[in-house]
Amino acid sequence: MLDADFFRRWLTAAAAAVDREAERLTALDSPIGDADHGSNLQRGFAAVVAALEKEEPPTPGAVLTLAGRQLISTVGGASGPLYGTLLRRTGKALGNDAAEVTGEQLRDALRTGVEAVRTLGGAAPGDKTMVDALVPAVDALGESFAAAAAAAERGAEETTGLQARKGRASYLGERSIGHRDPGATSAALLVAALAEAAGARAEAADV
Amino acid sequence: MSEERQEQVGIVLVSHSAAVAASVAELAQGLAGGGAPVPVAAAGGTADGGLGTSAELVSAAAASVDRGAGVAVLTDLGSAVLTVKALLAEGDELPGNTRLVDAPFVEGAVAAVVTASAGGDLAAVEAAAKEAYAYRKE
Repeated sequence: MLDADFFRRWLTAAAAAVDREAERLTALDSPIGDADHGSNLQRGFAAVVAALEKEEPPTPGAVLTLAGRQLISTVGGASGPLYGTLLRRTGKALGNDAAEVTGEQLRDALRTGVEAVRTLGGAAPGDKTMVDALVPAVDALGESFAAAAAAAERGAEETTGLQARKGRASYLGERSIGHRDPGATSAALLVAALAEAAGARAEAADV
Repeated sequence: MSEERQEQVGIVLVSHSAAVAASVAELAQGLAGGGAPVPVAAAGGTADGGLGTSAELVSAAAASVDRGAGVAVLTDLGSAVLTVKALLAEGDELPGNTRLVDAPFVEGAVAAVVTASAGGDLAAVEAAAKEAYAYRKE
């Protein structure tokens, strides 16, 4: 079972990953975007961690809903409402009351969250967006957290060959091909952080 | 004889740039000319003055123009659109009768402000702003 602490660890690990990779994310965003993806997400996830420490939401749903709200308010770029919607809808799907959720419940809730992202941004798989990492990740989550992380990373890698059909990068047309998508890259970081939180939990359980 | 004063629709203009949002607000109000003044608020850029979208500025702008007759929000692109949509989905971040209007930013803002100034309700303001897409320049 996954409790509020698991979800706090996930988002704290995500914030650390975003910190670590901020320069890379911004560099990826330079040729095909407006070179602010790393710094935007750094600001957003720092706000998430601060809010979680301050408010100490008691359930998985409450953790994700609060985190999503923070991202919507603080990121300042398109990734804010998109990741914010992902976490908030996932949290709402888990419900505010359950103190623990199963891996299967998380998978179903994440599927709902990813659907909400697709509706909000209008992106389909293959459009060279975060959806290209998120959809395969959710599909692989039935197998394991590690499989989901690997699928997200593979999806992000494969955006390099795609032509952007959403967002600012789409104005570049064919010139967007050959550049790895920053949103898919940060989405893969988010899923890797989920696997990290799950791994840390397994280790803790072994002790 | 007392004519009941009808409250006007509020207009919020959301752009990645504070200067663009403020200038379009000024332009639209200027072109509304002699009509009744309309509550218009600009929500441009990020809170620290950079290019982007601030959910806080959007929420504050919407609250500031809400007179009870609804609020029409016009945006430029990308994160401006997504932020407003996400706030609307949130449920309690924007005044009850707030709508994201699917319209070109400058032309739609002028149409919206003129229509609101003439006493149009939220549906009329939205329709006028959307209609601005049909205004060809060839």
